[in-house]
Amino acid sequence: MLRFIFKRILESIPVLFIVATVTFFLLHRMPGGPFDTERSMTPEVKKQIEEYYGLDKPVTQQYFNYMKRLILHGDLGVSQKYFGWTVNELLAGSLPVSIELGLEGLLVALFFGLIAGVIASLRKNTAGDYVPMSVATLGICIPSFVTGPVLILVFAIEFGWFNASGWNFPRDRVLPAMTLGLYYMAYISRLSRGGMLEILSQDFIRTARAKGASEQRIVWKHSLRGGLLSVVSFLGPAVSGIVTGSLVVETIFDIPGAARFFVGAAFNRDGPMLMGTTLVYAVLVVAMNLLADIVQVWMNPRLRFE
Amino acid sequence: MQFAFNHLSRRRFVRYLGAAATFSLLPGCGKRETLVEVGDRELVLHIGNGTEPQDIDPGVVTGVQEYHIMMSLLEGLVSEDPVDLHPVPGVAERWDISPDRRVYTFHLRDNAKWSNGDPVTARDFLESYQRNLTPSLGYEYAYMHFVVKNAEAYNNGKVTDFNQCGYRVIDDRTLEVTLDNPTPYFLSLLLHHSWYPVHMPTLRKWGDPYQRGNRWTRPGRYVGNGSFVLAKWRVNDIIEVRKSPTYWDRDRVKLNAIRFYPIESDDTEERAYRAGQLHITYTLPPSKIEHYRTHDPGVLQIFPFLTTYFYRVNVTKPPVNDKRVRQALAMAIDRESIVKNIMKGGEIPAFNLTPPGTAGYTCRAQLKEDIAEAKRLLAEAGYPDGKGMPPVEILYNTLEYHRTIAEAIQEMWKTKLGVEARLVNEEWKVYLDSQRSLNYQVCRAGWTGDYNDPNTFLDLWTTSGGNNETGWSNPEYDRLIVQAAATAEPQQRLEVFQKAEALLMDEMPIIPIYFYTRIYLQRPEVKGWYSNILDNHPYKYMSLETPK
Repeated sequence: MLRFIFKRILESIPVLFIVATVTFFLLHRMPGGPFDTERSMTPEVKKQIEEYYGLDKPVTQQYFNYMKRLILHGDLGVSQKYFGWTVNELLAGSLPVSIELGLEGLLVALFFGLIAGVIASLRKNTAGDYVPMSVATLGICIPSFVTGPVLILVFAIEFGWFNASGWNFPRDRVLPAMTLGLYYMAYISRLSRGGMLEILSQDFIRTARAKGASEQRIVWKHSLRGGLLSVVSFLGPAVSGIVTGSLVVETIFDIPGAARFFVGAAFNRDGPMLMGTTLVYAVLVVAMNLLADIVQVWMNPRLRFE
Repeated sequence: MQFAFNHLSRRRFVRYLGAAATFSLLPGCGKRETLVEVGDRELVLHIGNGTEPQDIDPGVVTGVQEYHIMMSLLEGLVSEDPVDLHPVPGVAERWDISPDRRVYTFHLRDNAKWSNGDPVTARDFLESYQRNLTPSLGYEYAYMHFVVKNAEAYNNGKVTDFNQCGYRVIDDRTLEVTLDNPTPYFLSLLLHHSWYPVHMPTLRKWGDPYQRGNRWTRPGRYVGNGSFVLAKWRVNDIIEVRKSPTYWDRDRVKLNAIRFYPIESDDTEERAYRAGQLHITYTLPPSKIEHYRTHDPGVLQIFPFLTTYFYRVNVTKPPVNDKRVRQALAMAIDRESIVKNIMKGGEIPAFNLTPPGTAGYTCRAQLKEDIAEAKRLLAEAGYPDGKGMPPVEILYNTLEYHRTIAEAIQEMWKTKLGVEARLVNEEWKVYLDSQRSLNYQVCRAGWTGDYNDPNTFLDLWTTSGGNNETGWSNPEYDRLIVQAAATAEPQQRLEVFQKAEALLMDEMPIIPIYFYTRIYLQRPEVKGWYSNILDNHPYKYMSLETPK
């Protein structure tokens, strides 16, 4: 197992390196620069600013300088949009917010999704199956830019239970987590229903039933582990997507997370910020996929020998 | 209790416990006191402020959002009247102007203090101005100082001795500024943040004052001389300022704190307003204007603003290199219809560039919407009924209402003149690049005045103007703008601008479309906030008064 993990970590190094290199050169091919605004600046001012940020040097030299600082010091550079801040500082402030929101969304998704999925699989082709699965289909279809404002209108503006936006009080987490979680919840419930149905129709379950095992024991002891395998393989990419933040949810609820920096950096041509967010996201994606693989191996003994 | 428990199975007990826990949460979820209600009680103002500020160092930033925050933290030599923004004493309690109107002597008040207790001196201003003009800082707004003797030369590096510039400290409380020309709007210019002082010892402590990236603007470090001090800054979340205990006019300041929220989405902001989180929004989604107009007109604020929406025309590209074609295109736009049917926010159709009433100036040369004349001009240019004319390309940056306006104009040109137009949209930075490199035919643009004077709109179109970007050059126009700068008598000077703008409207390197309005929501308890053309609102005059 340790060898497997070590191998996967080694494999991820060239992946990250390629991501950094390609992003860097693509970024420098984009028309327009970070300091282009509606008001043009004098050539003198532009020259000074470019000199300060090292943008006057050839692109290859900029690349080597950047990689050197990154590898030796873990330094992601200075934001060219938010003048007084380094990318490290800005991400240190915003990434935990995105991760917290993501984890809370995931918790909502897993809790309700699994319950709905398992119940639906046990009550196959009854109302207990159709109702949660119809809700799940709706959950997949309705985008968060609709669910978010609707939740706000009802629970924040009409009932006054929550704030409509912001990230200052514990209760500010509820609506964003619901909005973000709903989509994943829908997926998880469908996947867990499918997985459970497959396992429940297996011979060993019939044997267990024949031997008089209680329904609870069948679900908890015999089916859940196998039935949820597909959920786990879905969770790898889903978790990296969900914790790296959702631009839509962060915008609707005005949450100070990292997704806004990620998208904003591309529009602002804020090179260091774009590089920083891309790299951090790449690391998260690689790490979450690795984690999902490990959990899968743990849950599925058949994989251990491969 | 022991008795009752015996009667319950363990499972049932857990079930009851769960239900009890759920119900106990519900009362906590009832209607709460909103942030605004708390704010009214504690005199804390909650304002939507658009986007996250790039920084709050006056020698680095250029945006409006940044200015709104800095004007609470810093104060220049003069300050502004909250109603009409005329200059009133700030750190300078009075000033003398020489008979030739070129030398201003400012007398600083002796009780002006920085937030760390240091006195604000004439040297502080001098050093701050020097910093803003130092080439290595690369300050985009350095040009706001160029009316001062040798300021431009120092900023360009042609003069290296700052003593040769027109700033002189006479003593701790007296600062003298010498201008190149009598500049009637000089005192208004001083309201701009490029004229704010900074506390240089603080800047030296946290970095190089003459480079970007100085880290002095954090809470706990920021030393200012304004009516508020920086208390909290969480990026993309909130900036909070609290009433300054050292400000010279602190007795006038009624608010205890102001919270600025950088809410980028106008829909999100409007919902926050409705949920009782904001006293004042930064903007309002156009789709909601009608709703507030009919249901809650008391909170809807709409007023003219020093910004014009117009089209630039690239005069180097055929067929729009022909003045007659430009005039014809300009005449065939139904501005009233654009304003009424698309914008719906009380915008004013523009038949010239400078917004009416800019420092007492209203342009007399007015463009006419005249289809017959437009057709005649087009025929004269060799395109009768648009025949033989290659399609005109309208470039705009990707934004819904720019597209809608461009489509409307495309339709107007087609039906009224027979001229085909093609729409091209580009992402913001690509669009800026195309505009700058004259890689367009007609392109949408907007301009907000830096100060309340026609000069801020008209000096753009000089041959050397960095924001001209039309390829248009006219020696007579250049001469008029220079002449206006040198004219001391205010009325005569405005007459020179009349001539210049008439020339501009005849040559049509730009096609004006409408004058912007500022549209936002404001709760009735906010007092001392007045609508004005620059959208500046000095916070020290503001208060929150809930009817008892």
